[in-house]
Amino acid sequence: MTESPIVESTFLLGRFNLQAIPYHEPILVFTFIGVAIGGAAVLGALTYFRLWGYLWREWFTSVDHKKIGIMYMVLGLIMFLRGFADAIMMRLQQALAFGGSEGYLPAHHYDQVFSAHGVIMIFFAAMPFVTGLMNFVVPLQIGARDVSFPFLNNFSFWMTVSGATLVMTSLFVGEFAQTGWLAYPPLSGIAYSPYVGVDYYIWALQIAGVGTTLSGINLICTIVKMRAPGMDMMKMPVFTWTSLCTNVLIVASFPILTATLALLTADRYLGTNFFTNDLGGNPMMYVNLIWIWGHPEVYILILPAFGIFSEVTSTFSGKKLFGYTSMVYATVVITILSYLVWLHHFFTMGSGASVNSFFGITTMIISIPTGAKMFNWLFTMYRGRIRFELPMMYTVAFMLIFVIGGMTGVMLAVPPADFVLHNSLFLIAHFHNVIIGGVVFGVFAGIAFWWPKAFGFRLDPFWGKMSFWFWVVGFFFAFMPLYVLGLMGVTRRLRVFDDPSLHIWFIIAAFGAALIACGIASFIIQIGVSILKRDKLRDTTGDPWNARTLEWATSSPPPAYNFAFTPVVHDSDAWWDMKQRGYVRPLSGFKPIHMPKSSGTGPILAAISFVLGFALIWYIWWLAAVSFVALLAVAIHHTFNYNRDFDIPAEEVVRTEEARTRVLAQANA
Amino acid sequence: MSTTVTAPSEAPVFYVVDEHPHPEGHSTALGFWIYLMSDCLIFAILFATFGVLGGNYAAGPGPRDLFDLNLVALNTTMLLLSSITYGFAMLAMDKDRVKATQFWLVITGLFGLAFLSIELYEFHHMIAEGATPQRSAFLSAFFTLVGTHGLHVTFGIIWLVTLMVQVHQRGLVVANKRRLMCLSMFWHFLDVVWIGVFTFVYLLGMLR
Repeated sequence: MTESPIVESTFLLGRFNLQAIPYHEPILVFTFIGVAIGGAAVLGALTYFRLWGYLWREWFTSVDHKKIGIMYMVLGLIMFLRGFADAIMMRLQQALAFGGSEGYLPAHHYDQVFSAHGVIMIFFAAMPFVTGLMNFVVPLQIGARDVSFPFLNNFSFWMTVSGATLVMTSLFVGEFAQTGWLAYPPLSGIAYSPYVGVDYYIWALQIAGVGTTLSGINLICTIVKMRAPGMDMMKMPVFTWTSLCTNVLIVASFPILTATLALLTADRYLGTNFFTNDLGGNPMMYVNLIWIWGHPEVYILILPAFGIFSEVTSTFSGKKLFGYTSMVYATVVITILSYLVWLHHFFTMGSGASVNSFFGITTMIISIPTGAKMFNWLFTMYRGRIRFELPMMYTVAFMLIFVIGGMTGVMLAVPPADFVLHNSLFLIAHFHNVIIGGVVFGVFAGIAFWWPKAFGFRLDPFWGKMSFWFWVVGFFFAFMPLYVLGLMGVTRRLRVFDDPSLHIWFIIAAFGAALIACGIASFIIQIGVSILKRDKLRDTTGDPWNARTLEWATSSPPPAYNFAFTPVVHDSDAWWDMKQRGYVRPLSGFKPIHMPKSSGTGPILAAISFVLGFALIWYIWWLAAVSFVALLAVAIHHTFNYNRDFDIPAEEVVRTEEARTRVLAQANA
Repeated sequence: MSTTVTAPSEAPVFYVVDEHPHPEGHSTALGFWIYLMSDCLIFAILFATFGVLGGNYAAGPGPRDLFDLNLVALNTTMLLLSSITYGFAMLAMDKDRVKATQFWLVITGLFGLAFLSIELYEFHHMIAEGATPQRSAFLSAFFTLVGTHGLHVTFGIIWLVTLMVQVHQRGLVVANKRRLMCLSMFWHFLDVVWIGVFTFVYLLGMLR
């Protein structure tokens, strides 16, 4: 597609026509061919091996929090690869576009690439990763058998998939937003973005946002209501604590995003004047609102990572976490403070010295609880018996890199400095520094840590270490030059450059991106190799790391019901306490276990939502109306099903537990 | 942690032997409360937007030109009465009286419909006078805030009808009682939001 065509709307197809298919863009055509071949291969293999029924019954319709967690991780990984493809395209463009060269990406394509990169990495890679880990781990850590609302959990996941699918669709049908990841008006208004790009953005986020909010409510209820007996709030594992705070943040911030995007939608679809330049609209209102969501969002991502690092540090140091109470308080303080800093994203708006000072100071205050956490981790390691397994390596790298990112963050929090650095590559370097060093490394540490719990075998350490070193070294090569460039005054989102003295830094950054690509490749190889060598890497004990919290008390992978008997908790490191005080695994007395039933309604509702979103994006009003009515009808129909639970019979529990007894006996023999 | 190496004299209990599953719907009340608070945030944003943009008439009509407080008072009465009748429905439900419950639910729905009709009449009247949502930021914010509330009431009525069918089919079983309680919270919540709308948009608007 060339510059956003303004097309006549037809009744049947809305504003969709053949021009919307970008067949004259070679990059997209080749991407499409690649995706089509890959997709056909996957679909063909699934059909050939007759896996559709299995997938539908055992995974897609499953309400098991462990399976939903794993599906979130798969979604996150796929979208992470897509987001990284965007990243490497940008790095290449900026390394090439010097000395009169325009690079290889035309402006309207480049603008979509940087917008899609941000949107995908935050909403469809980082969020699914974090939600997936919380979903998998939290119920196990609190000794529960599932979440509070298992069907809702499945529905939330599929709504996220639905949003992600809309973003992917925009690659080959129409265009994506060319506005940057937060779609500031007036640029994102109908006057300056008349085609479908911003509409894809809006509806993808709205649909996924429903899932995120509901999943937040679900996990809060789970943590508040379903903890094992004895686990009072101050005995909860730190990851559960950070998950609780993250989900509070989700519930308290995603509705703001929903409302803000709804107002932008009204501006675009109904012609209202919230964020326009005329008739009393105020674009800065949007910027305020979106950051009232946006700042808590970054803590939504980082808090669970803090939780992961806490679990990893204490496990691999063989010690109880130093300063548990201060860790909890630090987390809660960060949760609250994250709502009081949003204006630091636009000090340059001109709110005046008093307002800017307030937000600058609150921002700097956040470094205090974060620093407290850093010292807690260090003191946990101090005099510990540290094992440098992969999760621990990521944790140490995090501590080094995150502190650098934190310090540049405090620099940006100083309003006068921010006036110079605002929107420069210094900012880009800062938030990649904290997000890669914090969230991405946290997720990788979490994957390596809990993989054996999820699948019953460890990840191959060699390829994991390859991936680690490529990531760490690649990170420094890719982002330290951006600090330099930012200090030299280069602003973000530029496509071509005149000043040859900048060139070398962009080449170094591109080299760093190539190293990170090797890191990602090693990670995927690691998963492949581990699956091939799974018998060698098998975890028969259920506790491969000699760990401390309840998820390690059950088998790897855990049975559908998680725990044959609900554990009773006496200590914040419940499983460690059980091991120390001579816990004996019960071998008899099993009872039937009450569990929720699978349901296909989640994927169906999400599929209809996708159609609804697509219809709204393309102004296909009849289809929008039909799918909206269908959405309501299916949802209401679902409520007429009162029979949502079943009992796992005692014999099956006995069979499962006896199998485990045999495996444990072999392991000990 | 006291890492005693020797086994303590009495073995601590590490798992529940005689376990009862969580009763069905044990988290629903909490979950629904949290949902309501998240919905409340949506309204908070709309109120804030109205607060910021509500004075931007863009040389168009303002509240004094548009609002008819008598009509709004009637409208408010309808919604407040619907909350009271929903309360009666819940009292009947507590006594397991199916017919009385259904009766009060019907009355509640009718009051809800009356509220919506008056609101639509008001909107129609304003639009006919040229005070459309597109006319100024004030009107955009007004229609969006009041309209979002109206949409909530619409969904509440659809939900009410659904629940009446379910009560008709299965009677006042535990699941249905729980659902009626959730709708009750939703309905009263909308009432509270409306009191905010009435005060903040209409009454204060007339004073501006």
